[in-house]
Amino acid sequence: MSVISIRDLVVEYDGRRVLDGVNLEIQQGETMVLLGGSGSGKSTLLRQIIGLDRPLSGNLFVKGTDITRCSRAELKRVRRSIGVAFQSAALFNSFSLKDNIALPLREHTALAPSVIDLMVWMKLAVVGLSEFGNLHPQELSGGMKKRAAVARALALDPEILVFDEPSAGLDPIVAAELDELILLLKQAFQMTVIVVTHELASAFRIADRMAMLYKGAFLAVGTKEEIQKSEHPRIRQFLDRVPNKVAEASAVEAYFEKYLQMEEVSP
Amino acid sequence: MATVIENVGRATLYQLDYVGSLILQLWAAVRSLGTILPFVGNRYRWKASMREMLDVGVDALPMVGLMAICAGFILAMQGASELRRFGALHYVIDLVAVGFTRELGPLLTAIAVSGRSGSAFSAEIGTMRVTEEIDALRVMAFEPIEFVLAPKFLAALIMVPCLSILSNVCGILAGGIFMFFSTHLGLGLYLRYVLSSIQLRDVITGLIKSLAFATIIVQVGCLEGFRVRGGPDAVGRSTTAAVVKSTFLVIVADVLFTALFYLTVKH
Repeated sequence: MSVISIRDLVVEYDGRRVLDGVNLEIQQGETMVLLGGSGSGKSTLLRQIIGLDRPLSGNLFVKGTDITRCSRAELKRVRRSIGVAFQSAALFNSFSLKDNIALPLREHTALAPSVIDLMVWMKLAVVGLSEFGNLHPQELSGGMKKRAAVARALALDPEILVFDEPSAGLDPIVAAELDELILLLKQAFQMTVIVVTHELASAFRIADRMAMLYKGAFLAVGTKEEIQKSEHPRIRQFLDRVPNKVAEASAVEAYFEKYLQMEEVSP
Repeated sequence: MATVIENVGRATLYQLDYVGSLILQLWAAVRSLGTILPFVGNRYRWKASMREMLDVGVDALPMVGLMAICAGFILAMQGASELRRFGALHYVIDLVAVGFTRELGPLLTAIAVSGRSGSAFSAEIGTMRVTEEIDALRVMAFEPIEFVLAPKFLAALIMVPCLSILSNVCGILAGGIFMFFSTHLGLGLYLRYVLSSIQLRDVITGLIKSLAFATIIVQVGCLEGFRVRGGPDAVGRSTTAAVVKSTFLVIVADVLFTALFYLTVKH
């Protein structure tokens, strides 16, 4: 059963088409990795999935609700079932770690403070930060901040967990630890996990399925084995880490020639 | 020619968009005020409002008081140097008393609060946008207007009129000190003259103005913060814009209110 269904989604920023009629089904309980290079539109797609932006056209169903057309109250209800770990962690710097995680529990539930304290401790324990609850975000390392963001994303026990570039800016060991945490969370809580990344090692470690974005459209959607075996030239270039020929002498020469022609044409 | 018309059209649309955003934000802020009131609203928002009241009001006391004392001395001395020539030195009392309660008290307070708090609101919210904290609030099903802006709005609506009253008192006292040293007029007698020269209407119009100024400072400061796009440099620009625009709008609003009160008074 699809927990997220994206149909003919078109997104434009300032007249520039960023997503061009994408379609994707994400099944309940699977880990879907959205792969793609810089500027491919994967962060834009993520913002659509979590309801931060509205598309130009198309539909995006989350648990059966079309979040491109639903009311504000419905969108709020849908959002409570999605936990998001942002690329920058986006923890509230004026709050301690405990208060960051307690915030959605205090505001969206009628739980007693002692129960909230216990739940906060449990979420921190899941990500291995139970001893650091009284620290503020600025006192944490990059990896700890990312894990704290996961703990906050887990606060309301969401059905869907979304990660935006979880490995970005982390050393390989910490990045691998985060991959293991994602796998553990999926096993322990049977969540649907969506990960946006361009880190191949991380993607192939955690994914059940992958969707490869290029210039606002999907080149391929399939299991990691299918993606690995793909013969599509762009996918092969991405997977084999083949650079574009932007820095070769002939490319630079062609660029300068084009520039000079433009100079001659303009008065 | 076409470029000139295009530029004028673009600038006009930008200004209309800005004013429209300001009105929509104000409407959302007014609607969310009920959720932050003590006893009936969310107790965490009320606590946040109390913290904002300390920042906006209590911490500004020395600055506003000193500015008012200086302005009181300036007004008294400038007035005395002219009025002395006509043997009308006692009119300095009316000038200071009426000038402060109707005009200078609220205006000086607004300028001080705009510089201190308007810029701080913009920088705080702008930084929250850059670090994705505003996005995090939205995906956790919070309304940024209610969570971030409303406590600041309530705090300013309460504290700016209080600071205006303090400003009035300090300015009038400065006038009293000047009169004591220039004419040996006792402070008790000076205060009796002050009370006979001002009317309740003067105080009320001053307080109405200060409520309008508080609204302008908070709404402009927060809107500039919410409109931040990009990095830290954009936060700096928004902070400058918040102070410049709110000070300008405060003076424009002052002219409009003064004209309104002038037209409605029986001459």
